[in-house]
Amino acid sequence: MIKADAIEQAANQIMSNAAIDIPEDYESGIRDMINIEKGDLSAFVLEAMLENWQAARDDRRPMCADSGLPRYYVKAGNNAQIEGGFVELEHRVRRATAQATHDIPLRPNRVHPISRQDNNNNVGMNAPEIEYSFEPDVDWLDITTVHKGGLFGTDYRMLFPGDGIDGIKRFFLDVLLAFGKRGLACQPAIVGVGLGGSKDTSMVLGKQAACLRPVGSRHPDPEIASLEDELKKLGNKTGLGAMGFQGTSTVVDCQIEVGYTHTGGMPMSVHCFCLSSRRATARLHANGEVAYRTDPKWFTPYMRRNTVGWDGGAALAGAAE
Amino acid sequence: MGERADKLKQVRLKTPVSEEDLKSLEIGSVVFLDGLIYTAREGVYEKILNKGETPPVDFTQMTNINFHCAPAAAQNDDGSYNVGAVTATASFRFAKYLKRWFEETGTKVVLGKGGMSQQHYNELFVPAGAVYLTTVGYGTGALLGRGIKSVEAVNWLDELGIAQAMWILRVENFGPLLVESDIHGNSLFERNNAEVNARVESLYEGLRPPALRRYGETRDKTDELI
Repeated sequence: MIKADAIEQAANQIMSNAAIDIPEDYESGIRDMINIEKGDLSAFVLEAMLENWQAARDDRRPMCADSGLPRYYVKAGNNAQIEGGFVELEHRVRRATAQATHDIPLRPNRVHPISRQDNNNNVGMNAPEIEYSFEPDVDWLDITTVHKGGLFGTDYRMLFPGDGIDGIKRFFLDVLLAFGKRGLACQPAIVGVGLGGSKDTSMVLGKQAACLRPVGSRHPDPEIASLEDELKKLGNKTGLGAMGFQGTSTVVDCQIEVGYTHTGGMPMSVHCFCLSSRRATARLHANGEVAYRTDPKWFTPYMRRNTVGWDGGAALAGAAE
Repeated sequence: MGERADKLKQVRLKTPVSEEDLKSLEIGSVVFLDGLIYTAREGVYEKILNKGETPPVDFTQMTNINFHCAPAAAQNDDGSYNVGAVTATASFRFAKYLKRWFEETGTKVVLGKGGMSQQHYNELFVPAGAVYLTTVGYGTGALLGRGIKSVEAVNWLDELGIAQAMWILRVENFGPLLVESDIHGNSLFERNNAEVNARVESLYEGLRPPALRRYGETRDKTDELI
């Protein structure tokens, strides 16, 4: 049995880890970009970010004041038992959100969309979002929090089969040019692309690709993986560096997730996870052990299955992730 | 600061920023601030400019730097403030307020994110003798948070909330910031955009045109999709 108190404590801890500690995969991706960045202003910006992340770690203060919209991704083992069930889990996660907002402190960004009323705790109607997935044959519970800003750097378009790979590239460039100027996308970003599904699915997959896959990971389908490489390269050719200054630092990595879609369409979304790519995960075991990490390991072979039943992932064994 | 920063000119400015200092600022220079700055964005602008409420301070006596910001902060039980991180918010949304704001407060430096359009520099900033400093990143929230030595006052906190309240902050070695626009209206962003725009066509070269037109890409509602 996974205790409700342990869930609340872990949720508090990952809120703080996410807000303060830049994930190592992202930081090392940025260090690699500085080495090849020829634009001095763009490189200066990235050096300032390295210094900023160090200051955040040293002072235990958030790396960015726009602490985004804190949200959660819960992956429950099929054999996991949760004290009080999922209703209690949601209660504890909401309580941790409010507590962490005050204690860290985070900016209470969540307001009513029309009245702009603020509960001052990042909790409200339909907020924070909690998304669920499941994993066969295990009894642990993974809770991931993501703090992503929300104003610029994301867009959606219904493409059609006739648009093909060219259409994907075209829309990818459109988004980076629209939001990369003046650095509004807070690039270099982990650029997540959602391809297929319904409109909403394509948005969800793209967002999850940007926020839940580490820099350097590749999709297990070799064709998708090579498109990830190609889009990353293309995105760094726009001439836009950090803050939109001349340079090559826009896409620290590109992550694509696909979902089977309507035979007549090819919906696509693009999401930029920013210079404060905040994510943190806790794995809670039934015996009370909790382990923290920065790679959510969200897209498992089970999630990406292409079959009616589940055969244990034999078809995908040996895949990159 | 890293080795690339050494290639850029660095300046340390006292607030209120003197006319002489304003004149000497060059776009692309790195700036650090010492003294007082205040935050004001749509909530404060609406109150003072459109609802006619009395400003809580005499700006001309205090400082001439308006920071477009919402800090990540919380009030402690003893009434003091815990300011964790500080980052700017996108400034171009506030252009409509700035003409009167410059006139009524004597503000000479806008500190924010993203800069303004060339037209706004020409029409609003140059006549007011004002410059624009941009934060770096964006999101050097921890470094800027470190530069805040004390919260001198918070106005309209209950009414406007933490993000929109008017914070008066004492800062020391507050930065890094970049000079985005000088008193002549030259803009670092506009200059970089022009260089990128010149090469945009070639990026799309060889990509076939979209299969269909799409909603949202035209303002002309008589256009058809096909």
